[in-house]
Amino acid sequence: MNGSRSMLRLATAALRQGSSLPGSAGKGAYCKTEFLVRGYAADADAYDKMPDSGKKPDSGEIVVEIPVKFNLHLLESGPPQEAITTKEELMKSYTDMSVIRRAEISADMLFKSQMIRGFCHLYDGQEAVAVGMERALTFDDSVITAYRDHGIFLGRGGTALELFSELMGKKTGCALGKGGSMHLYHRKHNFWGGWGIVGSVPPLGAGLAFAHKYMKKPNVVVAIYGDGAGNQGQLYEAQNLAALWNLPLILLIENNHFGMGTAEWRASKKVTHYDRVPYIPGIKADGMDMFSVREAFKYCKEHCLAGKGPIMLEADTYRYHGHSMSDPGSTYRSRKEIQGMRQERDPIERIRKIILTEELVTKEELKDLDKKIRAEVEDAAAKAREEPFPSDDELFANIYKADSGLVAYGCDRRKTKVEMP
Amino acid sequence: MGGRRASLPLVSRLCTSVKPRNNWVQKRSFITAKDLVVEEQPSGEEEKRAVTNKLNLFSAVNQALLTVLESDPKSYVFGEDVGFGGVFRCTTGLRDRFGKHRVFNTPLCEQAILGFGIGLASMGNRAIAEIQFADYIFPALDQIVNEAAKYRYRSGNLFNCGGLTVRAPYGAVGHGGHYHSQSPEAFFCHVPGIKVVIPRSPAQAKGLLLASIRDPNPVVFFEPKMLYRMAVEEVPVDDYTLPLSSAEVMRKGSDITLVGWGAQLTLMEQACDEASKEGISCELIDLRTLIPWDKELVEASVNKTGRLLVSHEAPLTGGFGAEIAASITESCFLRLEAPVSRVCGLDTPFPLVFEPFYMPTKNKILDAIKASVKF
Repeated sequence: MNGSRSMLRLATAALRQGSSLPGSAGKGAYCKTEFLVRGYAADADAYDKMPDSGKKPDSGEIVVEIPVKFNLHLLESGPPQEAITTKEELMKSYTDMSVIRRAEISADMLFKSQMIRGFCHLYDGQEAVAVGMERALTFDDSVITAYRDHGIFLGRGGTALELFSELMGKKTGCALGKGGSMHLYHRKHNFWGGWGIVGSVPPLGAGLAFAHKYMKKPNVVVAIYGDGAGNQGQLYEAQNLAALWNLPLILLIENNHFGMGTAEWRASKKVTHYDRVPYIPGIKADGMDMFSVREAFKYCKEHCLAGKGPIMLEADTYRYHGHSMSDPGSTYRSRKEIQGMRQERDPIERIRKIILTEELVTKEELKDLDKKIRAEVEDAAAKAREEPFPSDDELFANIYKADSGLVAYGCDRRKTKVEMP
Repeated sequence: MGGRRASLPLVSRLCTSVKPRNNWVQKRSFITAKDLVVEEQPSGEEEKRAVTNKLNLFSAVNQALLTVLESDPKSYVFGEDVGFGGVFRCTTGLRDRFGKHRVFNTPLCEQAILGFGIGLASMGNRAIAEIQFADYIFPALDQIVNEAAKYRYRSGNLFNCGGLTVRAPYGAVGHGGHYHSQSPEAFFCHVPGIKVVIPRSPAQAKGLLLASIRDPNPVVFFEPKMLYRMAVEEVPVDDYTLPLSSAEVMRKGSDITLVGWGAQLTLMEQACDEASKEGISCELIDLRTLIPWDKELVEASVNKTGRLLVSHEAPLTGGFGAEIAASITESCFLRLEAPVSRVCGLDTPFPLVFEPFYMPTKNKILDAIKASVKF
């Protein structure tokens, strides 16, 4: 669409009316589910508005409004409520989020057919957080997260083949098949993992941030945890350390409002996380809106690199699946609520609407892209199935550094001896 | 109704046992229990225990908790997700029955759960804390080691937290990976001041848990999660306790003594069966309480057989088998015919796909039995 503002106004009005575009729910028809009525979601009326976008003529730039206001703590001004984007960025974000979505759906099926064993914590619904974060950071910034790491891994440049191999415990996985779902890593792109214990990540992030600062790198560390970890003691210790030593640490809280099956209002006296610490500033962003997350991250990165110390970033997001594959996810949430989220706040739908409104590509091309992504992800899963498991020597490998620790021998590996260099 | 009915015809018994005062006594048309000649009664406990239910491990634990909550109004069950029944259903129905001020969820904070439990117990309450998986008990290790274990000692018996019981599922399940399969009992066995109890079956679990809760010392109670559903046994319905610090001989033998606990005993039993086909008679002992452990029984057994094998899922180095081996070597050195054998997990972090290699399987145990006998 080139330029004419009147046509644009008509199109956006059509969007608001919820006309024929896929996934729209009709004006004002978003469900006032229990979840929203409790009031800790951001301004509920904001959901009535669809993302308003306007194209500046002849600049190739698209301006996207961020409908949900940022909540600020100890900050005079926050990120702008408008994001400037381009066709490339929109298409890339759409692709990245769709890959994560399809990968999670594939992982679900693979788990149910027992190709993946152990534990599988799925990320679908939260794609905007991973992708929005990557839009604002570079691969020289470090990211460290807990066990819900499939989306973060893919966002950090991990391939679907590496992901599925690792999930199935195969040799070609990113951690050589020894980590599994909860322990994905990417050395080159500074993705420090995939950690199992709830609450263990913030102190680790503080350590990474100290190293970054010491080496005078223009980079930040993002330590990610969920609302369930918000009540762990080590988090407070890490916050104090980071603030005391002015570390370039962004504490990202992926607040999907349920810690396993416990709703946040039943586990925490204070349900918000960004404003819990009186000496660390915080921002609350809409975690289902990629642009909200992106702008918040840009702001936070600037804040940290200006030497102002750590900052908390709470992303108000939602996971469609349960906590893990052994949790149906519907015993503590109503199906209406989950469906409501899918209809009203789905991050991929939001980007799709912008792309189609701006007529960057046609509907058919977008469908083809969807098919292509689906085929690629399923190919990766099929290929990963054929890969071999790690060999037996891997069992004792890397407990200590090679040639400086334990060597096991004997047919039952019972006898060990110490080998020092 | 406890009496055993007499086998003689009732009427003749009535005539012999009841002295008729009036005519009307003999005209009674019904017989009451008092009229019957009562033979030698079996002891009360056996009679009571005769009524059992077929239960699995989590139901047996549930029954034990129910009994405690019913009998002691100052007992509390708390932990992550215990309200709806817990992730292993051990606490099903308790909140509905006893209310949410006695059975309640805690937030995700193991260290605080333990500290809170210690405080509650020091005021004379029975605090039964649940840690969702034994792998997550480590933030709470400081509270257990430095506070719970030492409270009575360092206050000169002015204060204590004996009412504390910590329950945690432990052990491998086949697909648990690094953080849902660990056996951390060795860490706790190194701490004087607490007791560590591990049951092997539903009936044992109910009795041992009731004993642990009522023991006036803090107890860490590890439940083998593999057996929660798989182990089914006749469990007595009433309130009974099994003694702590008392090992049990599961089967008698004369060639070698096997010592183990928890789910590992199932594998050891299978190995014993296979060994007996080859003429090796194995004595199998369930330790039940790891600290303070029943040294006398194990020593007596080793003095009889002359050989010892210990097996556990935890890694070999520094596992509790090492303590048993050292202790027995010290006390039964001249009697031992072969070195003490330990069949344990490998010295690696609990692996993901390599679990079958890591685990001390039946064949590894059988191999070690044969090696010990042929030494």
